[in-house]
This record gives sequence, C-alpha cells and structure tokens, in this order.
Amino acid sequence: MIRPDAPVLLEIHDLQARVEDQPILKGVSLTVRAGEIHAVMGRNGSGKSTLSKVLAGHPAYTVTGGTVHYLGEDLLSLEPELRARAGLFLGFQYPVEIPGVSNLEFLRVATNARRAGKGEEELDTFAFEDLVRERLQVVQMDPAFLERSVNEGFSGGEKKRNEILQMALLDPLVAVLDETDSGLDIDALRIVAGGVNHLAGPDNATLLITHYQRLLDVITPDYVHVMAAGRILRTGGKELALELEERGYDWVDAELAALERTPAEVL
Amino acid sequence: MASSATVGDLVSQPYKYGFVTDIETEKIAKGLDEDVVRLISAKKMEPAFLLDFRLRSFRQWLQMEEPDWASLGHPPIDYQEMIYYAAPKQQEKKASLDEVDPKLLETFEKLGIPLSEQKRLSNVAVDAVFDSVSIATTYREKLAEHGVIFCSISEAVKDHADLIETYLGTVVPGNDNYFAALNSAVFSDGSFVFIPKGVACPMELSTYFRINSGDTGQFERTLIVAEEGASVSYLEGCTAPMFDTNQLHAAVVELVALDDASIKYSTVQNWYAGDENGKGGIYNFVTKRGQCRGDRSHISWTQVETGSAITWKYPSCVLQGADSVGEFYSVALTNHRQQADTGTKMIHVGPRTRSTIVSKGISAGHSSNSYRGLVQLGPKAVGARNYSQCDSMLIGDQAAANTYPYIRSQQPDASIEHEASTCRISADQLFYLQSRGIAFEEAVSMMVSGFCRDVFNQLPMEFAAEADKLLALKLEGSVG
Ligand SMILES: Nc1ncnc2c1ncn2[C@@H]1O[C@H](COP(=O)(O)OP(=O)(O)OP(=O)(O)O)[C@@H](O)[C@H]1O
Ligand SMILES: [Mg+2]
Repeated sequence: MIRPDAPVLLEIHDLQARVEDQPILKGVSLTVRAGEIHAVMGRNGSGKSTLSKVLAGHPAYTVTGGTVHYLGEDLLSLEPELRARAGLFLGFQYPVEIPGVSNLEFLRVATNARRAGKGEEELDTFAFEDLVRERLQVVQMDPAFLERSVNEGFSGGEKKRNEILQMALLDPLVAVLDETDSGLDIDALRIVAGGVNHLAGPDNATLLITHYQRLLDVITPDYVHVMAAGRILRTGGKELALELEERGYDWVDAELAALERTPAEVL
Repeated sequence: MASSATVGDLVSQPYKYGFVTDIETEKIAKGLDEDVVRLISAKKMEPAFLLDFRLRSFRQWLQMEEPDWASLGHPPIDYQEMIYYAAPKQQEKKASLDEVDPKLLETFEKLGIPLSEQKRLSNVAVDAVFDSVSIATTYREKLAEHGVIFCSISEAVKDHADLIETYLGTVVPGNDNYFAALNSAVFSDGSFVFIPKGVACPMELSTYFRINSGDTGQFERTLIVAEEGASVSYLEGCTAPMFDTNQLHAAVVELVALDDASIKYSTVQNWYAGDENGKGGIYNFVTKRGQCRGDRSHISWTQVETGSAITWKYPSCVLQGADSVGEFYSVALTNHRQQADTGTKMIHVGPRTRSTIVSKGISAGHSSNSYRGLVQLGPKAVGARNYSQCDSMLIGDQAAANTYPYIRSQQPDASIEHEASTCRISADQLFYLQSRGIAFEEAVSMMVSGFCRDVFNQLPMEFAAEADKLLALKLEGSVG
C-alpha cells in the first residue's frame, strides 16, 4: 500500500560494495516507506543477494560508498545483531545449517534478542513455547522441527519455512526475503505467501527478492525494481514484473549497454 | 562501517586465575637423585613399603626414556632444574578449618572454591590441594558416617596404610611409563577415596588442584577404590598462576571398581596455557587409568581440557570383569600455541565388556589438537563391543586437528564402530546467528556448546553449567 506520507523506514542512497577486490554493488538507491511491498528482480548474479547481505551486515562485503539509513539512523555503522534487534530481518536465499544448536533454543534466543530491542521483557521457556507453537501454524510447520538442530537436514522447502517462522517470531519492521519462494512446491508457496501477507501491515515493509511472477500473483507488490550489474536499472509498478515475464531480460542488456556508454558525470 | 570481529580475535581470553599467592613455602633444593626420593618419603614419615615403591620406581625411571610418539613438540625438559618438594609452611594439617592459613582460604575463595563452613558448596565435599599438598578436606565427618574415606593421600598413608598398600600401584605400576615412574618416585600428595561395599557416596567428591610455585614440579597421586556395589562421582579441577617458564605436572590417577561398583571421574582442567606466543604454561603429562576389576563394574571418564601448554593424557579403562563398562567423554579445547595429544585406551579383557568413546576436539589459533585412542579386544573378550565417535571443530584456518584411532582386536566378530567428523565454524554460520540478533560471542559459544553437548551432559549437574561457562570464557575476547 503506497502512502506518500508514510514514514520512511529504509533509505538506500548510491550504495556501493565490493567483495574482496571485486565491485558488485555500483550505486543502488531505494526508498522504502511503511506499508510498502517492494519486489526486486533481475538476472542471476545481478547483485540482489549482495544487496540483502550488505543491508544485514555480512562481514564479507565492504561498503565502498553511499549511505543507508534505517529508521533515520546510519544502518551501516551497526553490528549485524543490532540491526536485527532493531527490526531488520533477512530471509536467506540459502539458510545455513548449524549442527548442534537446537532450533527451539535458537529461536528463543533470537526472539528474546528482538524483544530486548523493542524494550519488551524476555519470554521464559514456557511463554516462548506457547508463542512458537502459535506461530508454527502460520507456516504450517510440524513442531518436530523445533527439536532438531537449526536447519540441519532440512529440505530446501523446510529451510524456507523455517525462515518465515523466524520472521513470524521476530516481528520485523523491514523484512528482506531473498528468494524465499525458490524451491517451494505449490502448497508451500501458498503457505509462505500467506505467511508474508499475514505479517505485512501498515507499519512495516517487505522487500521481496524473486524470479517468479507466481509469487507476485499472491503477494501484490507496490513497486517492482529490476537490478542489473549492481544497479537498479528500472523501477515500476506490478506491471513491470508482468512485462519481464513476457519479454525476458534481453532489453535489460540494451539499456545496460547504453548506460555504460553514458559518461559518469551525466548519471 | 560495522567492524565485525574475526573468530580469531574472539578465542583470545585473558586467563583469570593467573595470580600468585604470597605465602611462605618450604622447598627442598632442586634436582633429583635417590636421596631426594628418600628425603620426600622421610618428610612425609612414610612406612617402608612406600619408600620401597618410590625407590623401585625411581630406579626404573632412570632406565627409561621420555616418550616421543605423541604429536607434541617442546624443548627438552631438564629434570635436574626442578624442585621436587614444596609445601606451604603450616605445620600439621589442621583439624579445624579455622586454623588454616587465611591466605590459603582466601586463595581458594578467589578461585571460586569456598572452604569455610558457611560458604562451602552444599552437596560437594572438597579436598583442596595447594602446590601438591592437601590443605583442607570438607565434610569429612559426614562422609565418615557412611564409611566413606575422603582425605589426602598423605593422610591415608598414615591412617589407612593397609588400603594404600593393597591398592597403590596396582592399576598404574611404578614402571608403567616414563612420567608415571617419575610420579611414583616423587609424588607429593593428592586425594584418596574409599567407598565401602554397598555404599552410594552421599555427595559429590571433588579435589581442586592449585599450583602456586613457579619452579616446582607437580606430582599428585590420586587413588579411588569402590568396593562391591559402591558408587561415587568425583570431580577434579585445576588452575595455576601465569609464569613465563614452563612447569611440569605429571600426575597419576588410579581407579579400582570391584563387582557392580561404579566410578564416575570428571575433570575440568584449566592449568595456565601460556601466552599467545606460547611462552610459559604447564606441561601436563598425566597417566589416568581405571580398572573394572569386578563383574558388571562401570568406570566413566569425563574430561574438559582447556588449559596447559601441552596436554599428554589418555584416561583409560581396563575392562577385566565380565560385562563391565568403560566410558570416555572428552572435550579438548586448544588455542594460540597450545598442543594437546589426548584420548583413551579401552582394554577389553573380560567377556561382553562394552566401551563408549566420545571425543570432541576444538582447535583455534595456531594450536594443535590430536585425538589418540586405542580399542583393544583380547582373546577372552567374547561379545565385547565398542562405539567411538571423534569429532573435531576448527576455528580459523591456522589450527590443526588429527585423529589417530588404533584398533587391535582378537575377536573377529566383535562389534567395533568408529565415526569421525571434522567441521569448521564458518563465517556464514556466525552471520546467520548474528542476523537474528545474537551477538558474535554468544553465537560462537552456542555453536561450541552445541558441539560439546554430548560430553557436557555427562558432567555432574553442578558442573555442567560451569564447563559451559569456562569454554565461553576461553572463547570470549575482544569483539569490535
Ligand atoms: N562472497 C563472494 N565472493 C565472490 N563473488 C561473490 C560473492 N558474493 C557475490 N559474488 C558475486 O557477485 C555477483 C552478485 O551475486 P549475488 O549473489 O548478489 O547475485 P543474485 O542477484 O542474488 O543472483 P541469483 O539470482 O542467482 O541469486 C555474482 O557475480 C557473484 O558471483
Ligand atoms: Mg541471490
């Protein structure tokens, strides 16, 4: 839902980042207001996951230019855990397995960290069990997954559901979901989309990174951005996604080539 | 820019027990010969059989060579440069704690081991050993009501000479190996535990070893005997001040379990490990062995090894009695330049004997951490079984982990299972936890304690949390 007067939650300005010596983000700008759903699309390797990880503070990426403001504050100066406690959530494209750490314990510690960030008191084991059982229903996940190690041996789709479960527990203000729809069967897709819709409200915002229109059929984006070679090449409404579906990305190459020819000072 | 700490930064934690207590000590001149062995025995007013044992061991030690098969490297140890007897100057062991030198009580209080009546741990009896001399043992009377003997080995030599003569050196003979022979010649003190037939020891027993002197070798001797149907859980803790010279610690522990007896022996070892460049620290060459002498007896070793510059230690079980059970649960953490070569030996002698080995090695910094274990099934060990699991966790990319499992079986049909794994704490795993609001240090400690859970579950309840904290401390550091 677009409300021009809604508060700005996330303001990315000319963000540039590299991994090792390789520049990847080459000037991304994006403004996200409360209540909005943004879709970020683009070819493999265009920098979508990099953008999400830079926002979350992954140490492998070095920011070389630009600014990011989150709730008016300098996001990039915060440790990753502080970003999370302040309500920034990243649903990973490839959630890692953490053998030996119980999922339940992990979810409880994470939930309490976020609650501390909101100035709420810690939930004890029992109160947390109640909460987690309730939230499990949002993603229709079997409670047995709580007893296992974090993501260990989870199928691709189960890992994604576990991400949405975390989102449901952490009550984010800005959720960046990196291809949460990839690898999901039809039912799971509906459940995950239902979960996202359920959690999206007028006070928070969602950034959906996806390759597929089928997700955008169930979660209607307010904006669609197309990334190419580390930039947002074009921004439009939900029709842009349909256009991409129809025309593919070839036109992107042409636009990109034109852009590369343009002297930098004109940009 | 957010400056995230590397895992390397995190595993460096200043040692909290590095202080020295300023107390008057009685020491003999450095160096070792037969006269020194006699002098130690004389100072302790020992009976002839013990002096005999010491002298025999000493003569055998002279014939032996320091072992060099472990994956350890250190400059040669000069055995003549060491002092073999040091004791805090307080005359007799005090009948009442009130008479113990307050400086000593203070030292133990500082270490978290309050000994005074009001503050002591409620369900744990403690023998406090300072520079190889026992200074106090709590709850002795209460234990005596149950027939349990818990005292220093020196006292046991005086008060229970028959038991010492019957059992000392029967599990680890005086010529067992180089360091055991040295210990047998010069051992100073340690703990003695005797649980009579049919008695379940009513509380945890614990010995806390504190090294204070800088130039003194430490040679403790511990003996635990559980008679038929008896059971006991015993815990050993150790710390030492920071000196930039290396100190030798060569202890011997012997356990004897008769029919249906059970002994659970846990160690939380936190000797000074040396600095980040490997200067100083304890050389820990320890021989620990339990003998399941009786049928259906049970001996379980649990160790959390976090300290020492060098750890050379293989707590073992000789499974003699039919259906006896041996267990070894180990967490060994090395950091900086620490070296550990540790594991176990499970010697299956009797029929249907069973053993379980769970070893978790964590290597960080430039350290080296080796598991070395032997599973041996003799000709009579029909139906014997072993399960071994050896996991290594690497933190950073400078540390080394090795596994050396040896199997010698004369039982072609025996079931021997061995599993091994190696994992690395990855930046992506840590980032995943951080991205859920969990601080870097807590993330590392969650992963490490998850890795060690199978072992921590074996520790007596009172100490499981302690061990968790200890590892977290060892891994804590300067974030940011
Ligand atoms: N840690 C890294 N080391 C080396 N190269 C990297 C790293 N992370 C990203 N890259 C490179 O940066 C580019 C952008 O990667 P990114 O993962 O952001 O793409 P993406 O848009 O998410 O692609 P996909 O749609 O396939 O998920 C790629 O060429 C990738 O190989
Ligand atoms: Mg991606």
